[in-house]
Amino acid sequence: MEVLVFLVPLALALGGLGLIGFLWSLKNGQYDDLEGAGWRAIADDEPASSNSPPGRLEPDIRTP
Amino acid sequence: MQAARDFSHYVRHLDSGLSHIDLAVEGVSCAGCMSKIERGLSALPDVTLARVNLTDRRVALEWKQGTLDPARFIDRLAELGYKAYPFEPVRAEADETAQASFLLRCLGVAAFAAMNVMMLSIPVWSGNVGDMIPEQRDFFHWLSALIALPAAAYSGQPFFKSAWRALRARATNMDVPISIGIVLALGMSVAETINHAEHAYFDAALMLLAFLLAGRYLDQSMRRKTRAVAGNLAALKGETATKFIGGDEISVVPIAAIAAGDIVLLRPGERCSVDGAVIEGHSKIDQSLITGETLPAKAGPGTLVYAGTLNLSGTLRVLVSSASEGTLLAEISRLLDNAVQARSRYVQLADRASRLYAPVVHAAALLTMLGWAAAGASWHDAIVTAIAVLIITCPCALGLAIPAVQTVVAGAMFRTGVLLNSGDAIERLAEIDRVVFDKTGTLTLPELDVTNAADIPSDMFELAGRLALASHHPVAAAVARASGAKTPLADIEEIAGEGVKGVVDGIEVRLGRPSFCDADQIAQHILGSDPEASVVAFRHGETRHVFAVRQRLRADAAGAIATLRKAGIEVEILSGDREEAVRHAAETLGVREWRAGVTPADKIARIENLKRQGFKVLMAGDGMNDAPALAAAHVSMSPVSATHLSQATADLVFLGDRLAPVVTAIGFARKALRLMRQNLWLAAGYNLLAVPLAIAGLATPLVAAAAMSGSSLLVILNALRAHRGTRELG
Repeated sequence: MEVLVFLVPLALALGGLGLIGFLWSLKNGQYDDLEGAGWRAIADDEPASSNSPPGRLEPDIRTP
Repeated sequence: MQAARDFSHYVRHLDSGLSHIDLAVEGVSCAGCMSKIERGLSALPDVTLARVNLTDRRVALEWKQGTLDPARFIDRLAELGYKAYPFEPVRAEADETAQASFLLRCLGVAAFAAMNVMMLSIPVWSGNVGDMIPEQRDFFHWLSALIALPAAAYSGQPFFKSAWRALRARATNMDVPISIGIVLALGMSVAETINHAEHAYFDAALMLLAFLLAGRYLDQSMRRKTRAVAGNLAALKGETATKFIGGDEISVVPIAAIAAGDIVLLRPGERCSVDGAVIEGHSKIDQSLITGETLPAKAGPGTLVYAGTLNLSGTLRVLVSSASEGTLLAEISRLLDNAVQARSRYVQLADRASRLYAPVVHAAALLTMLGWAAAGASWHDAIVTAIAVLIITCPCALGLAIPAVQTVVAGAMFRTGVLLNSGDAIERLAEIDRVVFDKTGTLTLPELDVTNAADIPSDMFELAGRLALASHHPVAAAVARASGAKTPLADIEEIAGEGVKGVVDGIEVRLGRPSFCDADQIAQHILGSDPEASVVAFRHGETRHVFAVRQRLRADAAGAIATLRKAGIEVEILSGDREEAVRHAAETLGVREWRAGVTPADKIARIENLKRQGFKVLMAGDGMNDAPALAAAHVSMSPVSATHLSQATADLVFLGDRLAPVVTAIGFARKALRLMRQNLWLAAGYNLLAVPLAIAGLATPLVAAAAMSGSSLLVILNALRAHRGTRELG
């Protein structure tokens, strides 16, 4: 039974960690677009970002 | 002249030296669109963030301050094939979002705590039938209390606050019995733990909270989605005004950036987006969105124009005013205020259920306590049993019964093109037995259409359409639309107030007033048979044709009205338009009851009159003049083309060119109401089974937990049946 002294706080800490993780993801806006998140997971291309390698950029369309 | 577009009003400057703008985008529906848009926008230099939100159909953009004009993004999206427009975040929407995220936080805390306490409860339950010693059981109970008390204090806030508000106002709502139940359950569990008792209900209390919060969150997210879509629609209408900066320089600015005292330019074919008075220019204006009157009125210096007015022929300069006393608008907003105040607070089904529920349950608990005490049990045992009754009659099935159905049905309605502005509108819509339609813009389509297309040779029609593309006049635009012409003719000359002319293959073509094309006789003939129509004449060499143009009834209006009447719902028309026009529409649609030339006040009076006769009225209208009637009716609907005021007042908004969504919405609502009632009966039935157990003192925490989750699941599964409408109404 002495093992409880060790196991119970551990269990609580793990639960708390999960909760903190959830609150962090909520704050981070990860629940703002649940539909889009599903699609992003299976999109077959890298999400475009402004620091992708220059070869991947589309031609610049500066209007004269 | 292409004026500069100024979107600076919508740009937020962040501390990090970046600018931020949100655009509403039309037609984003899949992953393909998402990456296409994000790539296309990220490719612009200096853009640091382009992220599409598929749920809200919006894109968030950030770029280095001062390097880009936001109009570039809109052009870029147009090149990619998407219509986009910046929008003004509405306060209501921001509040809903904050509220939803708070509920989600509470739900997270309650759910995590419930799971962890469950984990501690399992050894206790198995130990109670095994070899657990009291000290160990107490230890686990104390641990549960340590988790449960702070978690419940935090995640119960939405209920406690609302219950407190209700009590202060000397009323009860669903949150009062919920709060009492939770507080008593926790209090009793702590007391029992101190007394080294066998049972503590920490897990049940937390689970109850988690289920209830799930219901609340569903409710909230439905409203939020509707608000987001409505916000997008408003934004995508892209309401701008052409404002004079200084003497003759103009700039296109969003409505939000216009203030009283500004001077705006109104070109032919443009819809006015402000209220004001004409200070220069002469034109004809179409006021049908404001008064329902379809015949154009003359406008000159001093004429008052309202947002929604369509300018037909000349260019006008308008001095922007706010709604001042004595104008039509002031009158309408006064009527609207009265109607909103007079609206008897509709008591929602959930509230009616809770009014029944609370006294019954509390009485049962009290009787249990007195009964056990009378039967010779100790006061302690009697109180514990009574509280067990309170816990097991958990209203969680009740708390989920309504929101679950509302969420499913709102999703289903959304797919058929109906947006809900308020959750309780579903219940009110299910009860209606009378529909009052406004004519102009509701039964008819907002755009003009050519009615005698069949009488005109197709080659002439096409040529006239191509010529019409050169004109701004709405009547000419209708001809162009109806002909499907895409390629404008070259070298077209416009003669102000007359029409347009040009030369095709050496033959002169003209389109415009009948006198401009020497077609007065044909025009008279057409007007003789259809006095409502506007005419535009076309001349090709010596051949002359006259197009009759008018607002056309929605294609399925007659069918929709027939369906309503088959279902036993009487239909009538109330319109501000002239008698002949309304009679014609009513006869075409087979509506016996109609009134023409009515003022906003008359509309309200008619609705009140119907109410007094005991009818539950659905009012469908789009104009400024309908807004007060919309507020006065039992439930109200507006097409998406309606004025801002009507849309904000209506309970439901329907999209598209057909009237069918009105009918299907009623079908969905009736089905939803049936399911809500079923769910309430399911919840009641569960209580009939569970309460005797609790009164007999057999409600252990294990039984409570199992029964609670079982009933909640049952209710949710039943609610999922709401995604299909009823057979009786399309």
